[in-house]
Amino acid sequence: MTKLTLKTEGDTHVVVTRRFAAKPEAVYRAHVEPALIQKWMLGPPGWTMPTCINDARPGGKIHYAWTDGKGGGFHLTGEFIALSPFSRLEHVERMHLPDPTPDNHVVTTFTPDNNGTLMTMRMTLPDAETRTAMLATGMEHGMEASYVRLEAEILGTPV
Amino acid sequence: MANLNAAFSALADPTRRAILARLALGEATVMELAEPFQITQPAISRHIKVLEQSGLILRRSEGAKRPCRLAPAAITEIDRWLAMLREALEANYSRLDGVLAAMDSTPTQDRP
Repeated sequence: MTKLTLKTEGDTHVVVTRRFAAKPEAVYRAHVEPALIQKWMLGPPGWTMPTCINDARPGGKIHYAWTDGKGGGFHLTGEFIALSPFSRLEHVERMHLPDPTPDNHVVTTFTPDNNGTLMTMRMTLPDAETRTAMLATGMEHGMEASYVRLEAEILGTPV
Repeated sequence: MANLNAAFSALADPTRRAILARLALGEATVMELAEPFQITQPAISRHIKVLEQSGLILRRSEGAKRPCRLAPAAITEIDRWLAMLREALEANYSRLDGVLAAMDSTPTQDRP
């Protein structure tokens, strides 16, 4: 049913893949245009992303801030390294929880796949311990939003 | 959560992963586990202790041998945790499906 895969690779990588029923151009734009990002990169119900800066050019800054509307929240900063519209994004990012986590180096590719797109997001952490920490604790806060508790309401989000 | 953290830390080491792979084939003694590695038996014993403390393996008392085997519950817990991460990501990507569908249905001007 789910089209998503999430796997560890070697000692320091995490690889996520997902297929979309849209052209690579559309999926790429949804990853770099703030007005689009703010519609989906939200995490649990009730969370929003009031700050979304995405300066999509080499060296350009990334700044996302999420809030639960009840005083809770956190933010992520990063910088773009290289961009190839509409096929590849390379950036580094770190969560502020509030102390910054070690840099996560992320390469995201968008490949034509029948009439859709195969997205592959390959994350590289500085070492095995950092990856372990991210998988075991960090990702619940931050890879996309604060997945503090993955309760039924999240699992029940309509597809 | 503490157990899960310990389990992921235990899995971060290649020798410990190799030990788990060997144990997936069945029970083994410390001596048997040490065989394929270029490291001393005390070093292997330390790895086994980490795996045992993280709940990934169990040890049976059989005289002085104390053979090791995988703890099925621990492996299931890790699988379940990764499954939860997948579900969490999927919630976002399901929303992205909707965003993409809306983009598709919006007539686009000719782009350069």
